[in-house]
Amino acid sequence: MSNIPENLRYSKDHEWVLVEGDVATVGITDYAQSSLGDVVYVDFPRVGDKLNAHEAFGSVESVKAVSEVFTPLTGEIVEVNDGLNDSPEAVNNDPYNAGWMIKIKMDNPGDADAMLSAAEYEEYLEASA
Amino acid sequence: MSENELKKTPLNEVHRALGGRMVDFGGWDMPVQYPAGVIEEHMRCRTRAGLFDVSHMGEIWVEGPDAIAFVNRITTNDVTKLVDGQAHYSTLTRETGGVVDDLLVYRFGDEKLLLVVNAGTTEKDWEWITALKKDDENVDLVNASADFCQIAIQGPNACRILQELTDSDLSAIKYYHFENGKVDGVDAIISRTGYTGEDGFEVYARPEFAVQLWNKLLETGNYGDSEGILPCGLAARNTLRLEAGMSLYGHELDDDITPYEAGLGWITKPAKGDFVGAAALAAQKADGVKRKIVGFEMVEPGIARDGYDVYVDGTKRGVVTSGSPAPYLKKNIGLAFLPPDFANVGQEIKIDIRGKHLGAVVVPTPFYKRQK
Repeated sequence: MSNIPENLRYSKDHEWVLVEGDVATVGITDYAQSSLGDVVYVDFPRVGDKLNAHEAFGSVESVKAVSEVFTPLTGEIVEVNDGLNDSPEAVNNDPYNAGWMIKIKMDNPGDADAMLSAAEYEEYLEASA
Repeated sequence: MSENELKKTPLNEVHRALGGRMVDFGGWDMPVQYPAGVIEEHMRCRTRAGLFDVSHMGEIWVEGPDAIAFVNRITTNDVTKLVDGQAHYSTLTRETGGVVDDLLVYRFGDEKLLLVVNAGTTEKDWEWITALKKDDENVDLVNASADFCQIAIQGPNACRILQELTDSDLSAIKYYHFENGKVDGVDAIISRTGYTGEDGFEVYARPEFAVQLWNKLLETGNYGDSEGILPCGLAARNTLRLEAGMSLYGHELDDDITPYEAGLGWITKPAKGDFVGAAALAAQKADGVKRKIVGFEMVEPGIARDGYDVYVDGTKRGVVTSGSPAPYLKKNIGLAFLPPDFANVGQEIKIDIRGKHLGAVVVPTPFYKRQK
């Protein structure tokens, strides 16, 4: 069964966000990394880039395939996890911590409240299984 | 296609119990990977041993006084060169020289051959082969795909592990040879063949013994130990064959691709006498091919995938047929079609990776060759 931390918010595209003030840290969920398989390459935008909610912000490549990752929130990128260039496997091994991808300064910090709670995301996974 | 319509090998439940992630592969419900993941499975097969369920492959018996002449007439390699207990790689070709399928031909006797064909093309091959048989050819054809399970054990430890379960002297079975023997007391064809670039065997037995053989091979190979055998899914099977520079039907080979274009001139013998496609292939051999499969590796960071376009000096010249990270070589590699003028080792090319033209270079194949 997928690991779904209580303190995070989730999207139906299988991203998670951790909100701290007006900054949201974004990554992909345990379910998403498990579906992808071994991640070997990531390609993310630069700090300062503006993103609109539901826009693809980068790609994650596993041995088998390439997948786009989407931002659930609108805002400006304030930090990118450069560590994933050398250790992309962190997306698999530690998706909610070392595997984080970008930090976004949200235009509307309240937007994250509309995302799924852990319980709602779990229900969504069960319903789509 | 819903899951319950997919075909299942006799090991389906075993794969699920091992945590295999199941996918639809050409109408078969097969494990793409197990919990260890494709990279670990790939590395274990290169360094220790990997176990593969290839029971989905098709098997066709060809028996009768004209068995050798018939198979020689429908395939590109020279069946008359085989001796009892020997197998070879070959292709079934159309009159155009396009490849219906690639296959193994096993010689059991001068009136008995076994053809082992791809899973997704078994029905197509069966129709093709039976339609080619002439009334005056004295051969019996039997689609025996349901009568076999097939388990491949591959890697440097494969021979030692399998030897513990059989009285056959495996060291006496040469590469691309086989014998009828017993594995764990079960009647089996023990074939020193594979699709990984490693030493290893493919074991054919009655399907009701698949679970017994699979579990015994895992147990004997110390599955669970960090240096033990690992079951390997389709993803590792693909990366292993790609590193070894082997063709995959539907990628480097199909009905519109000839063996010469795919780099399989070594199993194409127009001089052996007439066979289906011989005239077209002899002409192509004389004229030269207009495109050929080459190996390449990425120079710039990026992963080429199947279907991506290949550019030389800003002009589109070819297409990627297989592309992937190579877990053992730790490079991003691929196979692609290019015109012969641009197919020389060292040729600089660009791969169009979702709009970015990233540098790559043509390299020799196989990318990986095991130390003997």
